[in-house]
Amino acid sequence: MLRADTLFKTFNPGTPIENPVLRGLSLQIDSGQFVTVIGSNGAGKSTFLNALAGDVIVDSGSLHIDGKDVTRTPGWQRAGLVARVFQDPMAGTCENLSIEENMALAYYRGRKRGFGPALNRSLRELFRDKLATLKLGLENRLPDRMGLLSGGQRQAVSLLMASLQPSRILLLDEHTAALDPKTAAFVLELTDRIVHENQLTALMVTHSMRQALDHGHRTVMLHQGRVVLDVAGEARSRMQVTDLLAMFEKTRGEAIDDDALLLG
Amino acid sequence: MTLIALMGALEIGLIFALVALGVLISFRILDFPDLTADGSFPLGGAVAATLIAGGHDPWLACGVAALAGAASGWLTAWLNVRLGILQLLASILVMIALYSINLRIMGAPNMPLIGSPTIFSPYIGDNFDIAWQVQPAMLAALIVVAKLGLDVFFASQAGLAMRATGANARMARAQGIATERMVLAGMALSNALIAVAGALYVQTQGGADVSMGVGTIVVGLAAVIIGETLLPSRTLWVITLATVLGALLYRLLIALALNADFIGLQAQDLNLITALLVGFALVLPKLKAKLARKPGGAR
Repeated sequence: MLRADTLFKTFNPGTPIENPVLRGLSLQIDSGQFVTVIGSNGAGKSTFLNALAGDVIVDSGSLHIDGKDVTRTPGWQRAGLVARVFQDPMAGTCENLSIEENMALAYYRGRKRGFGPALNRSLRELFRDKLATLKLGLENRLPDRMGLLSGGQRQAVSLLMASLQPSRILLLDEHTAALDPKTAAFVLELTDRIVHENQLTALMVTHSMRQALDHGHRTVMLHQGRVVLDVAGEARSRMQVTDLLAMFEKTRGEAIDDDALLLG
Repeated sequence: MTLIALMGALEIGLIFALVALGVLISFRILDFPDLTADGSFPLGGAVAATLIAGGHDPWLACGVAALAGAASGWLTAWLNVRLGILQLLASILVMIALYSINLRIMGAPNMPLIGSPTIFSPYIGDNFDIAWQVQPAMLAALIVVAKLGLDVFFASQAGLAMRATGANARMARAQGIATERMVLAGMALSNALIAVAGALYVQTQGGADVSMGVGTIVVGLAAVIIGETLLPSRTLWVITLATVLGALLYRLLIALALNADFIGLQAQDLNLITALLVGFALVLPKLKAKLARKPGGAR
């Protein structure tokens, strides 16, 4: 379904600020699986997601989505396979366009855009129905500017937009990190519902260990550009945040030891 | 001011409405600061004048001018998206290159069109007294067509994709929009409109001159800004309407300023007036906001 094989990516190679972010990352995700991803800052979580989306082209390794080799495919050509919600609520929508125009943009994701009208009555009807499921009253605000919405509302609409067209994988890059706890809980609940209803394959990056264990079917920990922990099924359901935290500390401790060895 | 002078101002205003619509596409919709206009406007004029002087159909001349303008806008965009040259610099390079190209096209610094057929001449015939009515009327019809055409395009799937490209390129790519192609196409469209304006200009002014492009971009931008100030909106058909009205109003204000003898302004003061007008239009929204904030202030 999704197969990432020994991905390598170094930013600013050959300069003093050379930064090897992905160092042989391999991960395979089955269809319909909801995977949560954790890791410390600089572990390569965002770069991995950007590599899947095509914002970043990897230096080496291979990437297959749905059996298709997309290793070198530019991002806009992968849009039919990959849907995403960004961390920054501003990033995933156009604030100067209306709600309905933003949704129309997402409605044609990965499809050919012709000279026909972008909006019509049946599309507005569809958008209104979808927005009504949010219970935020947005179904009556189709012509309103996206910029008038709060961060939480925008993330909720972004999630809807991501589910308007079928995709092979949904990428969620800390999409609740910029929200207050209550709104974050609402957006997470919505995420669970949309992923479940559409039986999406999803990858959710999060900073919260609690979230990582409470949502999805499988949890992966990244460290120094590689997968260091991969739990699913019963082992995962038995797992507590403290266990995860201990493992997190352990990998970090080892890293410090590594550095000490290097420096010594 | 006489009626004929008023119609003359209207006529030039209508031509610059086309320039302003082009500037709207580059500066506002694509967020691409583009100075190519100073080269593509005379390019359209040079191409049209040369073809008309060579005995070709004036409408065909306008069409070829549009293609030439599109090529120049596409080149500016290409320098930016493919070669990574800064937007302003890329457009300045093309603008400068076009100066030589325009001289090459015309083979001389200017090309008179006195007595040559124009798109207006079939409707004027031998009765030159009605030229001051026919020309603005035809130009108005052309502007309406261009404005409505743009409105339809920007409400289409492809047009919406172009607007998203300028508004949030990363989001646009995530939705599968080829943003680089959108910038290339949008810049071609923008400069095609500006070149057509140049082609119409030489047909109303009786000839082309290689220096006719100086300040085109400032006038176009002035029209866009005046339009935004008078009729602030985020709805696209209102924005295009505001742009057209902005261009007309700009030319009328200029004509009034130059015609009001008591002020003592002369033709050479045109650029100074333009700068003052644009400056005033830029600070007007802030002044309005200030007045609105003041308790008991005039609203």
